[in-house]
Amino acid sequence: MSTPLKQIHLAAHFPGVNNTTVWSDPAAGSHIEFSSFVHFARTAERAKFDFLFLAEGLRLREQGGKIYDLDVVGRPDTFTVLAALAAVTDRLGLTGTINSTFNEPYEVARQFASLDHLSGGRSAWNVVTSWDAFTGENFRRGGFLPQEERYSRAKEFLATANELLDSWHGDEIVADQATGTFLKDARAGAFVHRGKHFDIHGRFNVPRSPQGRPVIFQAGDSDEGREFAAAGADAIFSRHATLREGQAFYKDVKSRLAAYGRRPDQLLILPAATFVLGDTDAEAEEIAREVRRKQVSGATALKHLEFVWNRDLSAYDPDGPLPDVDPVVGDDHIAKGRAQVRMYRDPVAVAREWRQLAEANNWSIRDLVINTGNRQTFVGSPETVARTINEFVQADAADGFILVPHITPGGLDPFADKVVPLLQERGVFRADYEGTTLRDHLGLAHPDEARTERAAS
Amino acid sequence: MSSTDSHLHLAAALDGTGWHPASWREPVSRPRELFTAGYWADLVAEAERGLLDFVTIEDGLGPQSTHRFEPDDRTDQVRGRLDAVLIASRVAPLTRHIGLVPTVVATHTEPFHISKAIATLDYVSTGRAGLRVQISARPDEAAHFGRRTVPRIDTWDSPAAQETLTELFDEAADYVEVVRRLWDSWEDDAEIRDVATGRFIDRDKLHYIDFHGRFFSVKGPSITPRPPQGQPPVTALAHGTVPYRLLARQADIGYVTPHDAAQARAIVDGIRAEQQAAGRADEPLHVFADLVVFLDDSQARAEARRDRLDTLAGQPYTSDARIVTGTAAQLADVIEELAAEGITGFRLRPAVAGHDLPRIGRDLVPELRRRGRFRDTYEASTLRGLLGLARPANRYAKAVA
Repeated sequence: MSTPLKQIHLAAHFPGVNNTTVWSDPAAGSHIEFSSFVHFARTAERAKFDFLFLAEGLRLREQGGKIYDLDVVGRPDTFTVLAALAAVTDRLGLTGTINSTFNEPYEVARQFASLDHLSGGRSAWNVVTSWDAFTGENFRRGGFLPQEERYSRAKEFLATANELLDSWHGDEIVADQATGTFLKDARAGAFVHRGKHFDIHGRFNVPRSPQGRPVIFQAGDSDEGREFAAAGADAIFSRHATLREGQAFYKDVKSRLAAYGRRPDQLLILPAATFVLGDTDAEAEEIAREVRRKQVSGATALKHLEFVWNRDLSAYDPDGPLPDVDPVVGDDHIAKGRAQVRMYRDPVAVAREWRQLAEANNWSIRDLVINTGNRQTFVGSPETVARTINEFVQADAADGFILVPHITPGGLDPFADKVVPLLQERGVFRADYEGTTLRDHLGLAHPDEARTERAAS
Repeated sequence: MSSTDSHLHLAAALDGTGWHPASWREPVSRPRELFTAGYWADLVAEAERGLLDFVTIEDGLGPQSTHRFEPDDRTDQVRGRLDAVLIASRVAPLTRHIGLVPTVVATHTEPFHISKAIATLDYVSTGRAGLRVQISARPDEAAHFGRRTVPRIDTWDSPAAQETLTELFDEAADYVEVVRRLWDSWEDDAEIRDVATGRFIDRDKLHYIDFHGRFFSVKGPSITPRPPQGQPPVTALAHGTVPYRLLARQADIGYVTPHDAAQARAIVDGIRAEQQAAGRADEPLHVFADLVVFLDDSQARAEARRDRLDTLAGQPYTSDARIVTGTAAQLADVIEELAAEGITGFRLRPAVAGHDLPRIGRDLVPELRRRGRFRDTYEASTLRGLLGLARPANRYAKAVA
């Protein structure tokens, strides 16, 4: 008997404020107007996607002391957009990135419980953390966290939010008009949490929502992040989109679950992935090259080099050779509000490696940034892309993908029209929604069932 | 066609199944659907059919209570509610004309988050968002956040209570200042998408707000561009000089609670004096009277319904606002009487949402229209437009020479 094929999960990431998004394309529309979100969400729902995904950033990025102006800048509020999208979609999951550093559990738990009620059980929370004082300047709570405390606070934040969401069990409201009993339990919503980061008590004021709790996503890649996900997340939004890296990450994270009494299927691995389609593989490759050149203009290339060099490189010619000066090493970085600058742990070594690469290939600064930057994950004809996605999932490099188109809002349409039908034909992607909640789409148990299961085992 | 000076403004205040604590027990109420989108969509659609200017949506960061400053343990009244901003956003795509004004508690929330949330509500509703700002003086709500304590208030009029409230309202004024500055922190034409230079925005048109106040500091700019209305209307309920000062400094609409014409005149004069003191005498500031309404075809029927609800509740209903129990014509008389004293609009609190909200749209509105005091059709596409407020210039934009 052959093993049944894994079912693929697909999600749509609204194009964000990185240079992945090509705003200069004539087809590029508004990233703020609600009509763009409606178009994008309806495409995802038409294609039977599991969910739509929104990122978040709480301070505009700066470089060299000035607001970064080369990428898309600005976005609407996550919760507010998701609540409005619940009105124009019926089944699509609604995932929002919400920071656990610059919020309080009572308010975030209320917002997710409300979103879950208002969407009929379609909410999900991508829990992220920050520690930087730069973002903190926008908040009355101000300040920042020592880096080593950000996961400790995030963990306690999530645990506290869960306690609040669990403070209603779902059977308290009887609303018996004849007898006049609205609540059967006067203490509905009572909670006490005493911890290092939160010391709160009282009454939570939103009754139990359809999913009990929002589906929980985690996005960090560090060892701590992986452990955080293994302990309590339902899905990981990861960055490992090549086959081999994906398999290594998949194996590592899934193997951590047993320690928390969880099965491998209780945590989904969903890497972010970009794509370029063409009528043929060759045509797609050609388009992909063009897109990468649009994503990395000369000006963008210099700014990206500054992420490593950590100094003003505006005097350099992007079509010329790499700087022969070394990077400035230090914590005070020229680029503020960007997580990626921390990837370069030894910038001097990276600079040396890049100079060698550029010399060996006769690359200019712009060529280097284009060629060392992320190539699109899936490039090819619809047949090639469908086959590759399926191979990745069946080979346990992922449970599915969060697709990031490079055009707002129409960039998902060709994927929906051409690739999804092929996946459906292969029997690895749903032809229609079977359930109504996001937990249904993702094959995740309701938290109450999960609890009963644990108690019984 | 634009609204004439004789036209009055009407809003409906939505709160659960209505403002009477026994309203949920009426057959027309749908208490088991209170936490569904459909319930709220139906109420707002009803208000829009009546061509009302806007709805407000009540909210709070703790359970509803019969006590002003602490929770009760009652099980015979509606307890629990959904986030008002998200309700407003959920119904925005389903409506086209009516303004949506959710309540926000300034005391425990972040002005940065709320500024972008209301800006986004303005985007999803294409210019129909507003904000009703409220303070929380409940110690139990402070304990839900654990970041500050609020002294327990026993007597409303004590000097200690007045001091606490003054602090909370001063803080709310700073909060609104931050929210407003953030709305202006992007000039309208900041997004340039200049392919030639590769610049998406003109960063000279983005502004740090650099707010430094007694209670908090906020840097800016917002992450969300300036909303369609520029400045969505800010509103607040006020019962005395301290909150009148908040209205005078920061609001576009104040909700007040006169019980007769003389009180209405005194309140309007008080607010105008505070406006003068705040240097905003020339700025438009609507003063709306809040009225609780029981509307029926006859006064006797309205009174009988109120008595029946009072019996179910176990005590007579009282309110900070005047309670009008009678016919649409009687309510229209009260409205005209108060309007003569300088009240420019009315926020009506339906005693039973499922009964009195339809009566407002189907009986009161035609009555006011017959008297030449209400619109025949929505004459503007934004909430500011309906309220006769111009789209304001951006405080940070340099005047064009």
